[in-house]
Amino acid sequence: MSCKRKETAVIVSRECLLPGIFSMWLEAGEVAKEAVPGQFISMYANDRSKLLPRPISLCEIDKEKGFLRVVYRVTGKGTGTEQFSKMKAGDAMEIMGPLGNGFPLEAGKGKRALLIGGGIGVPPMLELAKQLDADKLLVMGYRDEQFLTKEFGQNGGLYLATEDGSAGTRGNVLDAIREHKLTADVIYACGPSPMLRAIKQYSEEKHIVCYVSMEERMACGVGACLACVCGSKEIDGHSNVHNKRVCKDGPVFLSTEVEI
Amino acid sequence: MDTRVTIAGVELKNPVMTASGTFGSGQEYGEFVDLNRLGAVVTKGVANVPWAGNPTPRIAETYGGMMNAIGLQNPGIDVFCKRDVPYLKQFDTKIIVNVCGHAPEEYLEVVERLSDEPIDMMEINISCPNVNAGFLAFGQDAGNVEKLTAQIKKVARQPVIMKLTPNVTDITEIAKAAEAGGADALSLINTLTGMKIDVERQSFAVANKTGGVSGPAIRPVAVRMVYQVANAVKVPVIGMGGIGTAADALEFILAGATAVAVGTANFYNPRATIEVAEGIEDYMRRHKVEKLTELVGIVKERGQ
Repeated sequence: MSCKRKETAVIVSRECLLPGIFSMWLEAGEVAKEAVPGQFISMYANDRSKLLPRPISLCEIDKEKGFLRVVYRVTGKGTGTEQFSKMKAGDAMEIMGPLGNGFPLEAGKGKRALLIGGGIGVPPMLELAKQLDADKLLVMGYRDEQFLTKEFGQNGGLYLATEDGSAGTRGNVLDAIREHKLTADVIYACGPSPMLRAIKQYSEEKHIVCYVSMEERMACGVGACLACVCGSKEIDGHSNVHNKRVCKDGPVFLSTEVEI
Repeated sequence: MDTRVTIAGVELKNPVMTASGTFGSGQEYGEFVDLNRLGAVVTKGVANVPWAGNPTPRIAETYGGMMNAIGLQNPGIDVFCKRDVPYLKQFDTKIIVNVCGHAPEEYLEVVERLSDEPIDMMEINISCPNVNAGFLAFGQDAGNVEKLTAQIKKVARQPVIMKLTPNVTDITEIAKAAEAGGADALSLINTLTGMKIDVERQSFAVANKTGGVSGPAIRPVAVRMVYQVANAVKVPVIGMGGIGTAADALEFILAGATAVAVGTANFYNPRATIEVAEGIEDYMRRHKVEKLTELVGIVKERGQ
């Protein structure tokens, strides 16, 4: 199956959701046509001193309009993401995608599904929440201020966790799950490694099928360079070692097949 | 217009290759480019047994380039021969297998294993900066390079390209040693050893602490070394280091490279190899060049 391509996208709109968190709609018809929840795109800076693409997960996919939404964090001064955050509607940006495998929708169909997002791992859960045909419980964790909560509220029962206690459960996403005694047949999760590690452990204790979306620093984004590997439980069929490629074999893995 | 070049008796339809480690064995980029259009595909390094590579993070961006410390993760020669060679055989391009090892015996095992495979050449990586720091000295020592080259030549059935490290005081000394050992061609440069510090985290940017720097930022160093080596040896030189456009590639050819390899550019432009090949044809038309080989090393005669 090959449908990934490099395309010149046009920025439709750009919005600052919170200090340092930006949302952008891109017109990218060919990529949008093929994209599924949990996939990502490579976004290229226009400045050639920043060579490598930035892998950013898809937050929403509008196939009719050919639009993609990305929500990303600016990682610092002078970074590629800062450059993206300063672009305006009408500006062009090179992108490549859709990349990666995406969340398996069939695995949750008709079941009770727990969608868990943490920090900047929250955005990809939105398109999943929109497309997943299941009894959905959404648990989103933030440090303090929240974003995308309105959209999540429209797509399932929403539970929040905040580290500072400003909204929902004080603590992390697992604290919220325990407080509300949430149960599920299947878990989908995206967030920082400590969160994924805890969810992997939780799901295995409770015997819940769990899919995690992993993150790692990438170069090529297509599986050639072997920069973004994660540990795999068994010897991987492609690498022939205990490594899987996050960009190509993932970013979504069954929690039991990877080491976090 | 004739874009063909010959290296150690192997004729390439054009001088554009892929740089080892940036292109896998072609499967991934085969979705973006027609591999039939390439002079050769140089595979990622393969060892006698599977290697797991280094911990992550394995890469970091640097100004106008990048730093990697993948650590030569590879599936081992058996899987490689079973899967990757047949894949590449489907295409009308030359297959150059990059060979890595920790010690002479490991290289020799791979070289012998390749002798019955339908590959066109092999490139011996004696220059990876990310594997076993003690061993790196190998590719930096002229005596060792000559000895290993001679050992490999004794068992190799295909032409042997020795890939040189730029992390030496005088690269021509290493080049001459490889030539004296019987190398059929030389390729250069491998990455420059570097270090990047993440100042916010106050730690190394890649887990391996050091990594190999590549990309446009290092190109002038690579062109200089290709020029020096091309003028120091008689065997053909394959030039690489920050090539992303036809003009970049032509710098190397004019400096003395018979062929060129596109590496890091694949990461930001998956069609870079094809664009370089097409751009060279454009250049030949504009400059009324009949045969590409007429361009090899001509800056020397021109001087200024």
